[in-house]
Amino acid sequence: MAHVVLVEDEPNIAEAIRFILSRDGCTVTALSDGMGGIEQLRSLGPDLVILDLMLPGISGLELLAAIRADRGLRGVPVMMLTAKGQGRDREAALQAGVNHFMTKPFSNTEMLAAVRGLVARRGAG
Amino acid sequence: MARRVPLFLKRRSYRQRRLRDAARLLPLVGMFLLLVPLIGAGGAGNTAGHGLYLFLVWLGLVAAAAALSAGLGSDPGDDGEADSPAPPDRPR
Amino acid sequence: MPFNLLVLFCLCYVAMLFCVAFLAERRAAEGRVRWLRSPAIYTLSLSIYCTAWTFYGAVGYAARSGLEFVTIYLGPTLVFVGWWWVLRKLVRIGRQQRVTSIADLISSRFGKSNILGVVVTLIAVIAATPYIALQLQSVTLSFAVFASGTPEGWALPNRDATAIWVAGGLALFTILFGTRNLDAKEQHHGVVLAIAVEAVVKLVALLAVGIFVVWGIAGGAQEVFARIDATQAAGWTLQPDRWIGMIAVSGAAVICLPRMFQVMVVEGGEDRHLALASWAFPAYLLLMSLFIVPIAVIGLERMPAGSNPDMFVLTLPLAEGQGGLALLAFLGGFSSATSMVIVESIALATMVSNHIVMPLWLRLAPKAAMKGDVRRIVLLARRLSIVGVLGLGYAYYRMSGGSAALAAMGLIAFAGMAQVLPVLLGGIFWRGATKAGAVAGLVTGFAVWAFTLLLPFFGPGTLLPQAVFDHGLFGLGWLRPQALFGIAGMDPLVHAIFWSAVLNTAAFCAGSLLTFPGPVERMQGAAFVNVFDADAAGPQGWARGRAEPEALLMMAQRILGEEPALALFEAEARAQGKAGYLPDATPDFVAGLERRLAGSVGAATAHAMISQIVGRATVSVEDLMAVANETAQIMEYSAQLEAQREELSRTAGALREANEKLTQLSVQKDAFLSQISHELRTPMTSIRAFSEVLTEGDLPPELVANYGRIIHDEAIRLTRLLDDLLDLSVLENGSVQLNLSLVNLQQLLDRALAAASHTRPERSFTVIRDLPAENLFLRTDGDRLVQVFINLVSNARKYCDAASPALTISVRQRAGRVHVDFTDNGTGIAKQHQAIIFEKFARLSDQHRAGGAGLGLAICREVMANLGGQVSYLPGRGGASFRVTLPLRIGRQAA
Repeated sequence: MAHVVLVEDEPNIAEAIRFILSRDGCTVTALSDGMGGIEQLRSLGPDLVILDLMLPGISGLELLAAIRADRGLRGVPVMMLTAKGQGRDREAALQAGVNHFMTKPFSNTEMLAAVRGLVARRGAG
Repeated sequence: MARRVPLFLKRRSYRQRRLRDAARLLPLVGMFLLLVPLIGAGGAGNTAGHGLYLFLVWLGLVAAAAALSAGLGSDPGDDGEADSPAPPDRPR
Repeated sequence: MPFNLLVLFCLCYVAMLFCVAFLAERRAAEGRVRWLRSPAIYTLSLSIYCTAWTFYGAVGYAARSGLEFVTIYLGPTLVFVGWWWVLRKLVRIGRQQRVTSIADLISSRFGKSNILGVVVTLIAVIAATPYIALQLQSVTLSFAVFASGTPEGWALPNRDATAIWVAGGLALFTILFGTRNLDAKEQHHGVVLAIAVEAVVKLVALLAVGIFVVWGIAGGAQEVFARIDATQAAGWTLQPDRWIGMIAVSGAAVICLPRMFQVMVVEGGEDRHLALASWAFPAYLLLMSLFIVPIAVIGLERMPAGSNPDMFVLTLPLAEGQGGLALLAFLGGFSSATSMVIVESIALATMVSNHIVMPLWLRLAPKAAMKGDVRRIVLLARRLSIVGVLGLGYAYYRMSGGSAALAAMGLIAFAGMAQVLPVLLGGIFWRGATKAGAVAGLVTGFAVWAFTLLLPFFGPGTLLPQAVFDHGLFGLGWLRPQALFGIAGMDPLVHAIFWSAVLNTAAFCAGSLLTFPGPVERMQGAAFVNVFDADAAGPQGWARGRAEPEALLMMAQRILGEEPALALFEAEARAQGKAGYLPDATPDFVAGLERRLAGSVGAATAHAMISQIVGRATVSVEDLMAVANETAQIMEYSAQLEAQREELSRTAGALREANEKLTQLSVQKDAFLSQISHELRTPMTSIRAFSEVLTEGDLPPELVANYGRIIHDEAIRLTRLLDDLLDLSVLENGSVQLNLSLVNLQQLLDRALAAASHTRPERSFTVIRDLPAENLFLRTDGDRLVQVFINLVSNARKYCDAASPALTISVRQRAGRVHVDFTDNGTGIAKQHQAIIFEKFARLSDQHRAGGAGLGLAICREVMANLGGQVSYLPGRGGASFRVTLPLRIGRQAA
């Protein structure tokens, strides 16, 4: 059973993702921001992290960079969500080492497929 | 930017200049006239006569100043004067 | 006449003056000053030259010394009829440099030197003290005269009480009207008008007494002449030395006396005023002097031997049973004394506060001086100074025993103040005059005056021991106070005038020739001597670009008040082609600001305060060359170069600013699209996700309801965003329909505060309002205005980061427009952000959940533009401060 950590400041979107993923059998921990820092993430021990790009305080990109720099979390797949829909953001995220980039709004099946794929890769590797 | 006008440009204000000179001389004339009672009778006695004389001189000074100020009042303006090449207010 | 009735009468008269002054202040506040500043009022205000000394003392003087009293009025006559060009130069300098007093003028001329300000202030206070005592004494005497005739006549001991009541009353009146506000350029319209009224009263009173004496008692002019000849007393011989000396000293005094300088220069004299005053003021003096000798002669003849000739103006009508006339004369004397004391104490208080208190305060507490409320301190200092000056006068009155003849006391004051004349004239006509010379001249003149005239006045053995009189100071025979350098036999007054003038001028000239002036001194010297030249302002001593405009604004607000300071800065910003309230701190602007501040606190203090912000006054080598070089061409050339350089750098600055703004706009346009995308996609995401979930069916009913509600909420959020965008586009196109009606501002604010209370309701938030000022009716679109208010208030609730947040809403009405200021106590908005906060989606933090979509202020700006007003950010207020400006009633074209 996969543990997904979701960092998303829009409560309604967070609820939607939590519902979809938990119906599929994942455990979802939702955070409204990344202010808890990398220690909090590490202590949660996620199999997958889903980040929103625009977060209050620490942005999604900064959080991603911190994950990639952390010894314990380095291998954890990260999915990035954004509502801004600009090519620039996608490039920046890919460069920072994101595993999957998804633009809001998304279809539920698309989201589910992406999560399953990332979790499976994690399990295989 | 406001610049000075050349010398002698304001010929038409010549009369005003002389009026101003007259005004400047007025106190000297006045001082002289006011000293007359001291010379005349050596300053002794005749207070009524001296008083009458002094007040007449005084009245004359006031009238002269009024006439001169009317003349000076028609001056094109002090800004005109301010632009004049040699402000009469310079010492000596 | 019963004493109580007399007091009541006086109180009524003072109340009348009070009303006059009050109405004048009201009119001035409404901007209708034209009439208040007419040449006639100006000339009448000059009549404070004629104090109680003239009104009572001149008759006594004439009774003792015959015609000599006219010298006091002939001196000013000569100055005004012929030498008003000296006065005109003073007036022009006074206006250009915003001079607040004679001490300020001299301090400013000699390099804004504080020492000189202190020296002149001390001389003025010491010289004026006997003079003020004289006024108190004459009012007291006149009360005594009136009361002594009545059965319940009050005895002598009460006199001191009378004097103290008079002094206290005058202090109160002066404080009320002399220190109500800290006007730039120190103008007191109310006081000036009250003085003009008093001028008429004292002239009418003296003429009435004179006419009564000549035609009522003596029986015609012929008869009077005969009696004058008959009364010829021994002391009436004219003495040439006294005659010349007193004409000279009174001519000097009319320029230098603090109160004359106050009405002539500080209260806003103009050239056209002087044209009338040049003959009308001498005519006034002539009329005042006309009946003095007849009154003296008839008084000597009729009154019992030993009666005080100083009081003939009162006692003659009383003795003849003319109670009404005597009352008029009493009022005339009262007017003369009160107007003198009021103006003199205002003038002296200004000097003391600007040259002694403020510099001390700046030195002792520089931190507080730059932060605290300067206006309150200055006003407090002035009020205390007024009380102090009158207290000194009262003390002198008590000390001199109230016995000395009025004229003698006045002459001491004249001779003392005349010590300022050489430095004053030298300062405005001679560029070579230096600060060291001025200090030397003033100190020498003052010392000689004090030693030869002031101290001996109290008689041998009081302040100067008898030995000094006989054998000189330190036993040096040539230092006898009334026979300096062994030259005995001169009249003491003439002796003092002669030696003080000679030694003063000599020290001044020698000091000036031997020393070298500093840079500021030389610039001020050029500006003063060449005041009539077009570019007399000369080069400025402030280095470019060192000052932070916001710091200057904050200081200016504390001295000038918030509104005038903002207006000044806004006007300058507009002149520089910039929007908002913060102009570049160009040297010209800083120098202009300094002059403006000098109009309130004096040149030296203003200079010191600006230096604290800008750094030391630095004069560049070119500037100094321009000052030093006498040839006009070079000055002109360098001035032109300077102007071109200024122009270029200003253009460059404007370009840079435009470029910055364009860059920022392009960045913002990108950001705008990305923001719109974000704001639309975010609610869409929830809607799409939950609608897909719901479509799949087989959910428990409570989840269906829950997710249905989320979809509904997000749809509403989407709608609101679209509404805002639509609103903005309609407002920007100017095609908005306004719903105009008469609305009450207070109710609008109530509505706005109620609506905004839903923003961060968990925080306690103080709102400070000014309910009386809010209670005004506007013709505008109330709903739109409330929309703006709600936005500003909820912004404050949202962003104010103070521990206990508070919002001050102040309302002001000016020239048909209303200002509503919303000021919170947080840290405010950084300068680099102030220009962009009104742009669309301009959120200063990444906390995009903090508010709506960042369209609020942009909508506010557009709404206000549609209402014929504006909303702007006010810098320098501490916290964030927004000003909504709108017309009282909206014009047709604006709608």
